[in-house]
Amino acid sequence: MNRSLNLRAALVSILIFAAFIVAWHLATRGIGAVQQMDPEYAKLMGATATQGKSAMPGPLDVGGKLWEHLKRPFYDNGPNDKGLGIQLAFSIARVTAGYLLAVLFAIPIGFLIGMSPLMSKALDPFIQVLKPISPLAWMPLALYTIKDSGLSSIFVIFICSLWPMMINTAFGVASVRREWLNVAKTLEVGTFRRAFTIILPAAAPTILTGMRISIGIAWLVIVAAEMLVGGTGIGYFVWNEWNNLSITNVINAILMIGIVGMLLDLVLARLTRLVTFPE
Amino acid sequence: MSTFDNPFDPKRGLNRSGCSCGRHVSQIEHERDAAPALQCTPVESRSTSEDKRYQGVVASAVMRAVFPQDAARRAFLKSVGASTALAAISQFFPLGAATEVFAQGGAIEKKDLKVGFIPITCATPIIMAKPMGFYEKHGLNVEVIKTAGWAVIRDKTLNKEYDAAHMLSPMPIAISLGVGSQPIPYTAPAIENINGQAITLAIKHKDKRDPKSWKGMKFAVPFDFSMHNYLLRYYLAEHGIDPDQDVQIRAVPPPEMVANLRADNIDGFLGPDPMNQRAVFDGVGFIHILSKEIWEGHPCCAFAASKEFVTQTPNTYAALLKAIIDATAFATKAENRKAIAEAIAPANYINQPVTVLEQILTGTYADGLGGIQKVPNRVDFDPFPWESFAVWIMTQMKRWGQIKGDVDYAGVAKQVFLATDTTKLMKEVGLTPPAATTKSFSVMGKTFDPAKPEDYVKSFAIKRA
Repeated sequence: MNRSLNLRAALVSILIFAAFIVAWHLATRGIGAVQQMDPEYAKLMGATATQGKSAMPGPLDVGGKLWEHLKRPFYDNGPNDKGLGIQLAFSIARVTAGYLLAVLFAIPIGFLIGMSPLMSKALDPFIQVLKPISPLAWMPLALYTIKDSGLSSIFVIFICSLWPMMINTAFGVASVRREWLNVAKTLEVGTFRRAFTIILPAAAPTILTGMRISIGIAWLVIVAAEMLVGGTGIGYFVWNEWNNLSITNVINAILMIGIVGMLLDLVLARLTRLVTFPE
Repeated sequence: MSTFDNPFDPKRGLNRSGCSCGRHVSQIEHERDAAPALQCTPVESRSTSEDKRYQGVVASAVMRAVFPQDAARRAFLKSVGASTALAAISQFFPLGAATEVFAQGGAIEKKDLKVGFIPITCATPIIMAKPMGFYEKHGLNVEVIKTAGWAVIRDKTLNKEYDAAHMLSPMPIAISLGVGSQPIPYTAPAIENINGQAITLAIKHKDKRDPKSWKGMKFAVPFDFSMHNYLLRYYLAEHGIDPDQDVQIRAVPPPEMVANLRADNIDGFLGPDPMNQRAVFDGVGFIHILSKEIWEGHPCCAFAASKEFVTQTPNTYAALLKAIIDATAFATKAENRKAIAEAIAPANYINQPVTVLEQILTGTYADGLGGIQKVPNRVDFDPFPWESFAVWIMTQMKRWGQIKGDVDYAGVAKQVFLATDTTKLMKEVGLTPPAATTKSFSVMGKTFDPAKPEDYVKSFAIKRA
């Protein structure tokens, strides 16, 4: 039953995909030659104007371009033109740096908030105010104070992945079952031992869920940040191709961003499964 | 005689007036008389290559020193021939060594530089200097970095991530004045391009060619502190349209202009190329007028660096500026334009179809209405930062309320537009700089006197000041 359900789901997925591609192809077929044009003049014009080619690329154009990118993912034609693979690597490196930095801050602070009702109340207003700020709103401030665009984008990643992790950690720590803590108390377990041997394993699934939310947000934000600052990264690639009005390449980049985001999420999902325990 | 001219050409006059033999009013008349001239073909014919140009400059100086009298020099050249003359002079004076010393200048303090640019054709000299080797020639290892927008290029230059950058010519003035940023002494030692912008309108407006019918339209310019903004406002105001009340003008980054025009978000823009030609190329707009029709020879973008960079690493600055001036001189020549279009088209640089760039640089272009126009100076390149350009820009800042109160027009112009430095370096790379640093010009038929900026501001009917 389960097997056949999977099979049927896959079939439906494929059908949806095929229908989408066909619809896309039909919608972008173009309208044929627009009007009679002086050949001298036509030579100076683009295909959109002369052959009535749709401004939106069809699936065939995108597929062809995608193949080109996949064949040569790591080319390097100077500082402003690098392969998709290199651009993705730059983005992933920035996300990883900002994200790990956020882990270093968020988890200890989350523990503190979860374990101490006083700190929880004291820090609450700051968190509530800072949490809803769009990470990109920090960008001008970061550029102005850090004075380095690379570090600024890492900072933006840091600040956006901080809050979900911190709040989830605090929640996970605070909702460890009373009985377990009471048992620890009767056995006279010290604060640090209690934190590491009882609270950490108990709160780990919640903490990892927070981390999973964070990596998703970080990946969303990096594209926007790189579009703003430029230089390298998949966001810059999107901007550079937009500059050339090359929608084909933009669609390819969108596809890549989706795939990498999915992979990052998958990694964290696996990790969550590792620390989950049956009650 | 221009510093570019070959001193070993007996037909050339060392002075510009009159002809080489002195018997005719002009060189043309002289040539008409002596068509089959007695001239030996010089072995070292005047060359566009930079080495040769330096040699030419040094050789001119030497020849002028050896033969202060034109007649004597001519007689000498005619009797022995240019190649012999060159060999003879070389014996007494090590031309090669002198040229080298001349070209190199002092020791360069910092070889690896980063220069930011925005991917538009205004940046042509800055960009092409990389693939065409002008930076290398001056002993620099420059990385040209594409940047997303004017605000970012300003911040990255102020952060010192970039050593120098491509800016809109009003930007260094705005930065120095502290308008739209904190005041930091900034300089524009070279203008990159003159002309080269256009008003592009959406195809649906092809019958509305009279600006008086533009009320209620939405226009885009690249930045508030841009020549585009000032020129568009000027153009509209001259036609009785108040740019603040009758139309909407918004700042839109150049790459988004064509997309916005297609999406019907804006009715037109006064933007930099390649965006105008790209709108035509994609069939979404037509070129209403070129910006040169508003002001023939207006500046647009500038090569800018902080005062700190100029004073702390003077030799690096000189080498960089020489490379830019050299590249600009190269770009001025029509015959080089196709090669330049090809060099700057790849994704690493401007990232546009070669056809589009060729149309812009050669001036033979489709206007979007079915006609082919031939305007060879649609965009031109001239490095000289006329101080009067800066004064004009400030009058417009004042006119539209961007700056208030008294403005030290001449003082700021002198500090920001480093005309004196450019004069010196232009001479060094073998160009002829103009004798003065200010000049009068006219915008839409109205003469601008740089000595009376306040009166100029007051003379406009539509203004915010």
